[in-house]
Amino acid sequence: MFRNQYDTDVTTWSPAGRLFQVEYAMEAVKQGSACVGLRSRTHAVLAAANKAASELSSHQRKVFRVADHAGVALAGLTADGRVLSRFLRNECINHSFVYEAPLPVSRLALRLADKAQVCTQRSWKRPYGVGLLVAGLDETGAHLYYNCPSGNYFEYQAFAIGSRSQAAKTFLERRFKGYNDYTPEQLIKDALSAIKETLQGDKLTSSNCTVAIVGRKDDGTIEPFEMIDAKRIQEIIDSMEIAEEAPAVASSMEESSDAAPMDI
Amino acid sequence: MGSHAEGGSQAAGGGQTQRTQYPYVTGTSVIALKYKDGVIMACDTGASYGSTLRYKSVERIKAVGKHSLIGASGEFSDFQEILRYLDELTLSDHMWDDGNSLGPKEIHSYLTRVMYNRRNKFDPLWNSLVLGGVKKGPKGDEKYLGMVNMIGTHFEENHIATGFGNHLAIPILRAEWHEDMTFEEAVKLVEKCLLVLLYRDRSSINKFQIAKITTEGSTIYPPYSLKTYWGFSHFENPAQGAVGSW
Repeated sequence: MFRNQYDTDVTTWSPAGRLFQVEYAMEAVKQGSACVGLRSRTHAVLAAANKAASELSSHQRKVFRVADHAGVALAGLTADGRVLSRFLRNECINHSFVYEAPLPVSRLALRLADKAQVCTQRSWKRPYGVGLLVAGLDETGAHLYYNCPSGNYFEYQAFAIGSRSQAAKTFLERRFKGYNDYTPEQLIKDALSAIKETLQGDKLTSSNCTVAIVGRKDDGTIEPFEMIDAKRIQEIIDSMEIAEEAPAVASSMEESSDAAPMDI
Repeated sequence: MGSHAEGGSQAAGGGQTQRTQYPYVTGTSVIALKYKDGVIMACDTGASYGSTLRYKSVERIKAVGKHSLIGASGEFSDFQEILRYLDELTLSDHMWDDGNSLGPKEIHSYLTRVMYNRRNKFDPLWNSLVLGGVKKGPKGDEKYLGMVNMIGTHFEENHIATGFGNHLAIPILRAEWHEDMTFEEAVKLVEKCLLVLLYRDRSSINKFQIAKITTEGSTIYPPYSLKTYWGFSHFENPAQGAVGSW
Protein backbone atom coordinates (compact mmCIF):
# COMPACT_ATOMS: atom_id res chain seq x y z
CA MET A 1 0.00 0.00 0.00
CA PHE A 2 0.75 3.65 0.03
CA ARG A 3 1.67 6.50 2.23
CA ASN A 4 -1.09 8.95 2.79
CA GLN A 5 -2.04 11.58 5.32
CA TYR A 6 -4.29 9.30 7.41
CA ASP A 7 -1.85 6.58 8.27
CA THR A 8 0.33 8.22 10.86
CA ASP A 9 -1.34 6.75 13.91
CA VAL A 10 -3.81 4.05 14.63
CA THR A 11 -6.39 6.36 16.10
CA THR A 12 -6.89 8.30 12.89
CA TRP A 13 -9.71 7.28 10.57
CA SER A 14 -9.40 7.80 6.85
CA PRO A 15 -12.30 9.49 5.08
CA ALA A 16 -13.21 6.12 3.63
CA GLY A 17 -13.62 4.72 7.12
CA ARG A 18 -10.36 2.75 7.28
CA LEU A 19 -7.68 2.49 9.92
CA PHE A 20 -4.55 2.28 7.83
CA GLN A 21 -2.21 1.34 10.65
CA VAL A 22 -4.32 -1.72 11.34
CA GLU A 23 -4.25 -2.66 7.67
CA TYR A 24 -0.50 -2.21 7.56
CA ALA A 25 -0.25 -4.51 10.56
CA MET A 26 -2.16 -7.14 8.61
CA GLU A 27 0.45 -6.76 5.85
CA ALA A 28 3.08 -7.78 8.37
CA VAL A 29 1.29 -11.09 8.72
CA LYS A 30 1.65 -11.66 5.00
CA GLN A 31 5.39 -11.22 5.28
CA GLY A 32 5.81 -14.10 7.69
CA SER A 33 6.35 -17.62 6.44
CA ALA A 34 3.28 -19.73 5.91
CA CYS A 35 1.19 -21.55 8.50
CA VAL A 36 -1.83 -23.73 7.95
CA GLY A 37 -4.46 -25.10 10.27
CA LEU A 38 -7.19 -27.64 9.70
CA ARG A 39 -9.63 -29.57 11.83
CA SER A 40 -12.03 -32.47 11.90
CA ARG A 41 -14.77 -32.98 14.47
CA THR A 42 -12.33 -34.43 16.95
CA HIS A 43 -8.84 -33.30 15.96
CA ALA A 44 -7.10 -30.08 14.99
CA VAL A 45 -3.74 -29.85 13.20
CA LEU A 46 -1.38 -26.90 12.83
CA ALA A 47 1.57 -26.85 10.46
CA ALA A 48 4.17 -24.20 9.74
CA ALA A 49 6.86 -23.76 7.12
CA ASN A 50 10.15 -23.23 8.88
CA LYS A 51 12.20 -20.30 7.74
CA ALA A 52 15.73 -19.74 8.92
CA ALA A 53 17.37 -16.31 8.78
CA SER A 54 20.46 -17.89 7.25
CA GLU A 55 21.96 -21.30 6.76
CA LEU A 56 23.95 -20.81 9.93
CA SER A 57 21.00 -20.13 12.21
CA SER A 58 18.21 -22.26 13.54
CA HIS A 59 14.71 -21.66 12.25
CA GLN A 60 12.14 -19.42 13.88
CA ARG A 61 9.78 -21.14 16.28
CA LYS A 62 6.22 -20.62 15.04
CA VAL A 63 4.10 -23.23 16.78
CA PHE A 64 3.51 -22.91 20.51
CA ARG A 65 1.71 -25.08 23.00
CA VAL A 66 -0.68 -22.92 25.00
CA ALA A 67 -2.25 -25.59 27.19
CA ASP A 68 -2.82 -29.32 27.06
CA HIS A 69 -5.90 -28.72 24.98
CA ALA A 70 -4.76 -25.84 22.76
CA GLY A 71 -1.89 -24.38 20.76
CA VAL A 72 -1.13 -21.63 18.26
CA ALA A 73 0.78 -21.20 15.01
CA LEU A 74 1.74 -17.67 14.12
CA ALA A 75 2.89 -15.65 11.15
CA GLY A 76 4.34 -12.17 11.21
CA LEU A 77 6.42 -10.48 13.90
CA THR A 78 7.32 -13.54 15.90
CA ALA A 79 8.40 -11.42 18.86
CA ASP A 80 4.82 -10.12 19.15
CA GLY A 81 3.69 -13.71 18.74
CA ARG A 82 5.78 -14.90 21.65
CA VAL A 83 4.32 -12.28 23.93
CA LEU A 84 0.79 -13.21 22.88
CA SER A 85 1.53 -16.90 23.43
CA ARG A 86 2.59 -16.07 26.95
CA PHE A 87 -0.67 -14.18 27.44
CA LEU A 88 -2.68 -17.13 26.14
CA ARG A 89 -0.84 -19.54 28.41
CA ASN A 90 -1.55 -17.31 31.34
CA GLU A 91 -5.26 -17.08 30.55
CA CYS A 92 -5.48 -20.85 30.29
CA ILE A 93 -3.76 -21.59 33.56
CA ASN A 94 -5.71 -18.89 35.39
CA HIS A 95 -8.93 -20.47 34.22
CA SER A 96 -7.69 -23.96 35.12
CA PHE A 97 -6.76 -22.78 38.57
CA VAL A 98 -10.21 -21.48 39.40
CA TYR A 99 -12.36 -24.00 37.54
CA GLU A 100 -10.09 -27.06 37.24
CA ALA A 101 -11.25 -27.36 33.65
CA PRO A 102 -9.78 -26.30 30.28
CA LEU A 103 -10.69 -22.88 28.95
CA PRO A 104 -13.05 -23.34 26.01
CA VAL A 105 -11.28 -22.41 22.77
CA SER A 106 -13.85 -19.86 21.66
CA ARG A 107 -13.40 -17.95 24.90
CA LEU A 108 -9.63 -18.11 24.53
CA ALA A 109 -9.87 -16.71 21.01
CA LEU A 110 -12.17 -13.96 22.25
CA ARG A 111 -9.77 -12.86 24.98
CA LEU A 112 -6.98 -12.70 22.43
CA ALA A 113 -9.13 -10.70 20.05
CA ASP A 114 -10.13 -8.24 22.77
CA LYS A 115 -6.48 -7.76 23.67
CA ALA A 116 -5.67 -7.06 20.01
CA GLN A 117 -8.57 -4.62 19.74
CA VAL A 118 -7.21 -2.51 22.58
CA CYS A 119 -4.14 -1.80 20.51
CA THR A 120 -6.27 -0.44 17.71
CA GLN A 121 -7.86 2.16 19.91
CA ARG A 122 -5.00 3.71 21.89
CA SER A 123 -2.84 6.41 20.41
CA TRP A 124 0.20 5.30 22.37
CA LYS A 125 0.05 1.68 21.21
CA ARG A 126 0.49 -0.13 17.95
CA PRO A 127 -1.38 -3.20 16.73
CA TYR A 128 0.31 -6.58 17.19
CA GLY A 129 1.98 -7.52 13.92
CA VAL A 130 1.15 -11.19 14.07
CA GLY A 131 -1.70 -13.40 12.92
CA LEU A 132 -2.44 -16.47 15.01
CA LEU A 133 -4.09 -19.72 14.16
CA VAL A 134 -5.53 -20.95 17.45
CA ALA A 135 -6.30 -24.66 17.49
CA GLY A 136 -7.80 -26.49 20.40
CA LEU A 137 -10.20 -29.00 21.84
CA ASP A 138 -13.07 -28.46 24.25
CA GLU A 139 -16.31 -30.11 25.18
CA THR A 140 -17.93 -29.11 21.88
CA GLY A 141 -15.17 -30.69 19.80
CA ALA A 142 -12.09 -29.48 17.93
CA HIS A 143 -11.84 -25.83 16.87
CA LEU A 144 -9.65 -23.63 14.72
CA TYR A 145 -9.70 -19.85 14.93
CA TYR A 146 -7.77 -17.18 13.09
CA ASN A 147 -7.01 -14.07 15.13
CA CYS A 148 -5.76 -11.11 13.18
CA PRO A 149 -4.13 -7.86 14.30
CA SER A 150 -7.35 -5.96 13.81
CA GLY A 151 -8.98 -7.77 16.71
CA ASN A 152 -11.24 -9.78 14.44
CA TYR A 153 -11.42 -13.50 14.71
CA PHE A 154 -13.26 -16.21 12.83
CA GLU A 155 -13.67 -19.88 13.18
CA TYR A 156 -12.43 -22.01 10.30
CA GLN A 157 -12.51 -25.57 9.08
CA ALA A 158 -9.14 -24.92 7.46
CA PHE A 159 -7.05 -21.83 6.84
CA ALA A 160 -3.61 -20.65 5.81
CA ILE A 161 -1.74 -17.43 6.58
CA GLY A 162 1.62 -15.93 5.74
CA SER A 163 3.55 -15.60 2.53
CA ARG A 164 2.37 -17.68 -0.42
CA SER A 165 -0.55 -18.82 1.70
CA GLN A 166 -2.90 -18.32 -1.23
CA ALA A 167 -1.53 -21.48 -2.82
CA ALA A 168 -2.27 -23.38 0.37
CA LYS A 169 -5.73 -21.83 0.64
CA THR A 170 -6.55 -22.90 -2.89
CA PHE A 171 -5.50 -26.43 -2.04
CA LEU A 172 -7.60 -26.42 1.14
CA GLU A 173 -10.63 -24.91 -0.56
CA ARG A 174 -10.79 -27.92 -2.82
CA ARG A 175 -10.73 -30.39 0.00
CA PHE A 176 -12.11 -28.90 3.21
CA LYS A 177 -15.68 -30.21 2.83
CA GLY A 178 -14.69 -33.70 3.92
CA TYR A 179 -12.48 -32.66 6.82
CA ASN A 180 -15.02 -33.21 9.59
CA ASP A 181 -14.73 -36.94 9.07
CA TYR A 182 -11.00 -37.14 8.37
CA THR A 183 -8.80 -39.29 10.57
CA PRO A 184 -5.89 -37.56 12.30
CA GLU A 185 -3.45 -39.10 9.79
CA GLN A 186 -5.39 -37.72 6.85
CA LEU A 187 -5.46 -34.28 8.46
CA ILE A 188 -1.70 -34.35 8.95
CA LYS A 189 -1.15 -35.37 5.33
CA ASP A 190 -3.34 -32.57 4.06
CA ALA A 191 -1.57 -30.08 6.32
CA LEU A 192 1.78 -31.16 4.91
CA SER A 193 0.46 -30.98 1.36
CA ALA A 194 -0.83 -27.48 2.00
CA ILE A 195 2.57 -26.41 3.35
CA LYS A 196 4.18 -28.01 0.33
CA GLU A 197 2.12 -25.73 -1.92
CA THR A 198 3.65 -22.71 -0.21
CA LEU A 199 7.22 -23.90 -0.68
CA GLN A 200 6.89 -23.43 -4.41
CA GLY A 201 9.29 -25.96 -5.76
CA ASP A 202 11.46 -26.48 -2.70
CA LYS A 203 11.37 -30.01 -1.45
CA LEU A 204 9.28 -30.66 1.63
CA THR A 205 11.34 -32.32 4.34
CA SER A 206 10.93 -32.70 8.07
CA SER A 207 13.50 -29.96 8.62
CA ASN A 208 11.55 -27.24 6.87
CA CYS A 209 8.17 -27.79 8.49
CA THR A 210 6.66 -28.21 11.94
CA VAL A 211 3.40 -30.05 12.61
CA ALA A 212 1.35 -30.23 15.80
CA ILE A 213 -1.88 -31.99 16.62
CA VAL A 214 -4.48 -32.03 19.40
CA GLY A 215 -7.58 -34.17 19.63
CA ARG A 216 -9.84 -36.65 21.30
CA LYS A 217 -9.86 -40.34 20.44
CA ASP A 218 -13.08 -42.27 19.94
CA ASP A 219 -12.91 -43.76 23.41
CA GLY A 220 -12.82 -40.32 24.96
CA THR A 221 -9.14 -40.07 25.90
CA ILE A 222 -7.55 -36.75 25.11
CA GLU A 223 -4.43 -36.53 22.98
CA PRO A 224 -2.81 -33.35 24.32
CA PHE A 225 -1.39 -30.67 22.05
CA GLU A 226 1.97 -31.89 20.90
CA MET A 227 4.51 -31.32 18.12
CA ILE A 228 5.02 -34.36 15.96
CA ASP A 229 8.64 -35.42 15.95
CA ALA A 230 10.76 -34.98 12.86
CA LYS A 231 11.26 -38.68 12.23
CA ARG A 232 7.54 -39.33 12.03
CA ILE A 233 6.98 -36.29 9.81
CA GLN A 234 9.62 -37.57 7.43
CA GLU A 235 7.92 -40.97 7.35
CA ILE A 236 4.60 -39.35 6.49
CA ILE A 237 6.21 -37.17 3.82
CA ASP A 238 7.88 -40.24 2.32
CA SER A 239 4.63 -42.16 2.25
CA MET A 240 2.93 -39.22 0.55
CA GLU A 241 5.61 -39.09 -2.11
CA ILE A 242 5.37 -42.81 -2.81
CA ALA A 243 1.62 -42.45 -3.23
CA GLU A 244 2.16 -39.58 -5.70
CA GLU A 245 4.84 -41.32 -7.72
CA ALA A 246 3.02 -44.61 -8.11
CA PRO A 247 0.21 -43.43 -10.41
CA ALA A 248 2.69 -41.15 -12.27
CA VAL A 249 4.92 -44.12 -13.10
CA ALA A 250 1.93 -46.16 -14.27
CA SER A 251 0.71 -43.44 -16.65
CA SER A 252 4.14 -42.87 -18.20
CA MET A 253 4.40 -46.59 -18.99
CA GLU A 254 1.07 -46.48 -20.73
CA GLU A 255 2.15 -43.63 -22.96
CA SER A 256 5.25 -45.44 -24.19
CA SER A 257 3.22 -48.44 -25.27
CA ASP A 258 0.97 -46.29 -27.44
CA ALA A 259 1.76 -45.88 -31.10
CA ALA A 260 4.22 -43.11 -31.87
CA PRO A 261 2.60 -39.78 -32.68
CA MET A 262 2.08 -39.27 -36.35
CA ASP A 263 4.65 -37.22 -38.15
CA ILE A 264 3.29 -35.00 -40.78
CA MET B 1 -16.32 -14.36 34.02
CA GLY B 2 -13.25 -15.19 36.03
CA SER B 3 -12.64 -13.06 39.08
CA HIS B 4 -13.71 -14.50 42.42
CA ALA B 5 -15.79 -12.68 45.00
CA GLU B 6 -14.46 -9.46 46.46
CA GLY B 7 -13.43 -9.47 50.12
CA GLY B 8 -15.14 -7.71 52.98
CA SER B 9 -13.50 -4.35 52.34
CA GLN B 10 -16.44 -2.47 50.94
CA ALA B 11 -15.79 0.80 52.75
CA ALA B 12 -14.18 3.50 50.69
CA GLY B 13 -11.29 4.93 52.61
CA GLY B 14 -10.23 4.09 56.13
CA GLY B 15 -11.43 1.36 58.46
CA GLN B 16 -11.67 -2.30 57.86
CA THR B 17 -15.10 -3.74 57.43
CA GLN B 18 -15.73 -7.14 58.86
CA ARG B 19 -18.44 -9.56 58.19
CA THR B 20 -19.43 -12.90 59.58
CA GLN B 21 -17.41 -13.51 62.72
CA TYR B 22 -20.26 -15.42 64.30
CA PRO B 23 -23.16 -16.88 62.41
CA TYR B 24 -26.61 -15.56 63.30
CA VAL B 25 -29.24 -17.26 61.17
CA THR B 26 -28.13 -20.78 60.48
CA GLY B 27 -29.28 -23.84 58.62
CA THR B 28 -28.47 -27.28 59.93
CA SER B 29 -27.38 -30.48 58.17
CA VAL B 30 -27.50 -31.23 54.44
CA ILE B 31 -27.27 -34.80 53.18
CA ALA B 32 -26.45 -35.89 49.66
CA LEU B 33 -25.58 -39.08 47.85
CA LYS B 34 -24.96 -40.39 44.34
CA TYR B 35 -27.45 -42.84 42.92
CA LYS B 36 -28.03 -44.55 39.60
CA ASP B 37 -29.37 -41.57 37.62
CA GLY B 38 -27.53 -38.75 39.36
CA VAL B 39 -27.34 -37.12 42.74
CA ILE B 40 -29.94 -36.72 45.46
CA MET B 41 -29.76 -34.00 48.09
CA ALA B 42 -31.95 -33.34 51.12
CA CYS B 43 -32.21 -31.06 54.11
CA ASP B 44 -34.80 -29.52 56.37
CA THR B 45 -36.36 -26.17 55.63
CA GLY B 46 -35.46 -24.55 58.92
CA ALA B 47 -33.18 -21.66 59.81
CA SER B 48 -32.42 -21.03 63.46
CA TYR B 49 -31.66 -17.76 65.14
CA GLY B 50 -29.40 -18.99 67.88
CA SER B 51 -31.43 -21.49 69.82
CA THR B 52 -34.75 -20.27 68.41
CA LEU B 53 -36.22 -22.18 65.46
CA ARG B 54 -37.03 -18.88 63.82
CA TYR B 55 -37.68 -19.52 60.10
CA LYS B 56 -39.45 -22.63 59.01
CA SER B 57 -39.79 -22.37 55.23
CA VAL B 58 -36.32 -21.78 54.02
CA GLU B 59 -34.98 -23.38 50.84
CA ARG B 60 -31.43 -24.43 51.50
CA ILE B 61 -30.99 -26.35 48.25
CA LYS B 62 -30.93 -24.51 44.93
CA ALA B 63 -30.27 -25.41 41.32
CA VAL B 64 -27.17 -23.93 39.69
CA GLY B 65 -27.03 -23.81 35.91
CA LYS B 66 -28.22 -26.86 34.04
CA HIS B 67 -26.09 -29.46 35.69
CA SER B 68 -25.82 -28.85 39.42
CA LEU B 69 -27.44 -28.47 42.80
CA ILE B 70 -26.00 -26.59 45.75
CA GLY B 71 -27.01 -27.15 49.36
CA ALA B 72 -25.76 -25.13 52.30
CA SER B 73 -25.67 -25.29 56.04
CA GLY B 74 -24.44 -22.45 58.22
CA GLU B 75 -25.09 -18.74 57.93
CA PHE B 76 -28.01 -18.25 55.60
CA SER B 77 -27.13 -14.73 54.47
CA ASP B 78 -23.73 -15.96 53.34
CA PHE B 79 -25.47 -18.66 51.34
CA GLN B 80 -27.57 -15.98 49.66
CA GLU B 81 -24.39 -14.10 48.81
CA ILE B 82 -22.87 -17.24 47.33
CA LEU B 83 -26.02 -17.74 45.25
CA ARG B 84 -25.54 -14.24 43.89
CA TYR B 85 -21.98 -15.01 42.81
CA LEU B 86 -23.13 -18.23 41.20
CA ASP B 87 -25.88 -16.33 39.45
CA GLU B 88 -23.36 -13.98 37.87
CA LEU B 89 -21.21 -16.93 36.88
CA THR B 90 -23.98 -18.96 35.32
CA LEU B 91 -25.47 -15.93 33.60
CA SER B 92 -22.25 -14.98 31.85
CA ASP B 93 -21.70 -18.63 30.98
CA HIS B 94 -25.18 -18.81 29.50
CA MET B 95 -24.73 -15.59 27.53
CA TRP B 96 -21.74 -17.03 25.71
CA ASP B 97 -24.20 -19.34 24.01
CA ASP B 98 -21.33 -21.37 22.60
CA GLY B 99 -22.28 -24.88 23.62
CA ASN B 100 -19.95 -24.92 26.61
CA SER B 101 -21.46 -24.90 30.08
CA LEU B 102 -20.16 -25.00 33.63
CA GLY B 103 -20.35 -28.45 35.11
CA PRO B 104 -20.50 -29.37 38.80
CA LYS B 105 -16.75 -29.89 38.98
CA GLU B 106 -16.05 -26.39 37.70
CA ILE B 107 -18.53 -24.83 40.10
CA HIS B 108 -17.11 -26.79 43.01
CA SER B 109 -13.63 -25.62 42.08
CA TYR B 110 -14.78 -22.03 41.80
CA LEU B 111 -16.49 -22.16 45.20
CA THR B 112 -13.40 -23.71 46.76
CA ARG B 113 -11.33 -20.78 45.53
CA VAL B 114 -13.85 -18.30 46.89
CA MET B 115 -14.14 -19.97 50.31
CA TYR B 116 -10.43 -20.43 50.74
CA ASN B 117 -9.64 -16.88 49.72
CA ARG B 118 -12.17 -15.50 52.20
CA ARG B 119 -10.73 -17.62 55.00
CA ASN B 120 -7.29 -16.28 54.21
CA LYS B 121 -8.61 -12.79 54.73
CA PHE B 122 -10.15 -13.77 58.08
CA ASP B 123 -13.57 -12.96 56.66
CA PRO B 124 -15.12 -16.35 55.97
CA LEU B 125 -18.39 -17.23 54.36
CA TRP B 126 -19.75 -19.25 57.25
CA ASN B 127 -21.12 -22.20 55.32
CA SER B 128 -20.61 -25.82 54.51
CA LEU B 129 -21.58 -26.19 50.87
CA VAL B 130 -22.59 -29.39 49.13
CA LEU B 131 -22.26 -29.40 45.36
CA GLY B 132 -23.78 -32.22 43.32
CA GLY B 133 -24.48 -32.70 39.66
CA VAL B 134 -24.33 -34.76 36.49
CA LYS B 135 -22.73 -33.76 33.24
CA LYS B 136 -22.06 -35.55 29.98
CA GLY B 137 -18.36 -36.08 29.64
CA PRO B 138 -16.30 -37.69 26.88
CA LYS B 139 -16.75 -41.01 28.66
CA GLY B 140 -20.48 -40.75 29.23
CA ASP B 141 -22.51 -39.22 32.04
CA GLU B 142 -20.33 -38.28 34.94
CA LYS B 143 -21.90 -37.89 38.37
CA TYR B 144 -20.19 -35.49 40.74
CA LEU B 145 -20.64 -34.84 44.44
CA GLY B 146 -18.39 -32.76 46.61
CA MET B 147 -18.33 -30.39 49.51
CA VAL B 148 -16.40 -27.32 50.58
CA ASN B 149 -16.56 -25.64 53.96
CA MET B 150 -15.79 -22.26 55.47
CA ILE B 151 -12.09 -22.92 55.85
CA GLY B 152 -11.70 -24.13 52.29
CA THR B 153 -11.47 -27.85 52.99
CA HIS B 154 -12.92 -29.58 49.98
CA PHE B 155 -13.31 -33.11 48.71
CA GLU B 156 -15.38 -35.38 46.50
CA GLU B 157 -17.24 -38.41 47.78
CA ASN B 158 -20.12 -40.73 46.98
CA HIS B 159 -22.08 -39.41 49.96
CA ILE B 160 -21.80 -36.15 51.88
CA ALA B 161 -23.30 -34.77 55.08
CA THR B 162 -22.70 -31.44 56.79
CA GLY B 163 -23.13 -30.25 60.36
CA PHE B 164 -24.63 -32.81 62.66
CA GLY B 165 -25.04 -35.05 59.68
CA ASN B 166 -21.29 -35.68 59.82
CA HIS B 167 -21.75 -37.47 63.09
CA LEU B 168 -25.21 -38.94 62.80
CA ALA B 169 -25.77 -39.59 59.09
CA ILE B 170 -22.33 -40.53 57.74
CA PRO B 171 -22.14 -43.79 59.72
CA ILE B 172 -25.50 -44.83 58.26
CA LEU B 173 -24.43 -43.80 54.75
CA ARG B 174 -21.17 -45.65 55.02
CA ALA B 175 -22.97 -48.82 56.05
CA GLU B 176 -25.81 -48.70 53.59
CA TRP B 177 -24.76 -46.73 50.49
CA HIS B 178 -23.90 -48.75 47.43
CA GLU B 179 -23.27 -48.02 43.78
CA ASP B 180 -26.27 -47.53 41.44
CA MET B 181 -29.08 -47.27 43.98
CA THR B 182 -32.49 -46.65 42.49
CA PHE B 183 -34.26 -43.40 43.22
CA GLU B 184 -36.61 -45.11 45.70
CA GLU B 185 -33.71 -46.77 47.54
CA ALA B 186 -31.85 -43.49 47.68
CA VAL B 187 -34.86 -41.63 49.09
CA LYS B 188 -35.34 -44.32 51.73
CA LEU B 189 -31.73 -44.06 52.80
CA VAL B 190 -31.88 -40.29 52.90
CA GLU B 191 -35.08 -40.34 54.93
CA LYS B 192 -33.50 -42.73 57.40
CA CYS B 193 -30.71 -40.21 57.96
CA LEU B 194 -33.10 -37.27 58.11
CA LEU B 195 -35.17 -39.04 60.74
CA VAL B 196 -32.17 -39.66 62.97
CA LEU B 197 -31.23 -36.01 62.61
CA LEU B 198 -34.79 -34.96 63.44
CA TYR B 199 -34.74 -36.97 66.65
CA ARG B 200 -31.27 -36.01 67.78
CA ASP B 201 -30.40 -32.57 66.31
CA ARG B 202 -32.04 -29.86 68.34
CA SER B 203 -31.93 -27.37 65.48
CA SER B 204 -33.74 -29.55 62.96
CA ILE B 205 -37.43 -29.28 62.18
CA ASN B 206 -39.88 -31.78 60.77
CA LYS B 207 -40.18 -30.24 57.31
CA PHE B 208 -37.86 -31.53 54.61
CA GLN B 209 -37.08 -31.00 50.99
CA ILE B 210 -35.55 -33.56 48.70
CA ALA B 211 -33.92 -32.54 45.44
CA LYS B 212 -32.45 -34.58 42.66
CA ILE B 213 -30.32 -33.84 39.64
CA THR B 214 -30.04 -36.05 36.58
CA THR B 215 -29.08 -35.51 32.96
CA GLU B 216 -32.63 -34.33 32.38
CA GLY B 217 -32.20 -31.48 34.84
CA SER B 218 -32.89 -30.69 38.45
CA THR B 219 -36.06 -31.19 40.49
CA ILE B 220 -36.66 -29.78 43.95
CA TYR B 221 -39.65 -31.52 45.46
CA PRO B 222 -42.15 -29.68 47.66
CA PRO B 223 -41.59 -29.89 51.40
CA TYR B 224 -43.05 -32.73 53.42
CA SER B 225 -42.82 -34.21 56.91
CA LEU B 226 -41.64 -37.52 58.25
CA LYS B 227 -43.60 -39.68 60.64
CA THR B 228 -42.05 -39.78 64.06
CA TYR B 229 -42.65 -42.10 66.96
CA TRP B 230 -42.81 -40.85 70.49
CA GLY B 231 -44.75 -43.63 72.12
CA PHE B 232 -41.99 -44.84 74.36
CA SER B 233 -43.15 -45.88 77.81
CA HIS B 234 -40.72 -43.51 79.49
CA PHE B 235 -42.31 -40.55 77.72
CA GLU B 236 -45.79 -41.52 78.84
CA ASN B 237 -45.53 -40.52 82.40
CA PRO B 238 -42.12 -38.98 82.83
CA ALA B 239 -42.68 -37.94 86.46
CA GLN B 240 -43.69 -41.43 87.50
CA GLY B 241 -40.66 -42.38 89.52
CA ALA B 242 -39.81 -38.87 90.63
CA VAL B 243 -39.45 -37.97 94.25
CA GLY B 244 -40.89 -34.68 95.44
CA SER B 245 -43.43 -32.24 94.14
CA TRP B 246 -41.91 -31.99 90.73
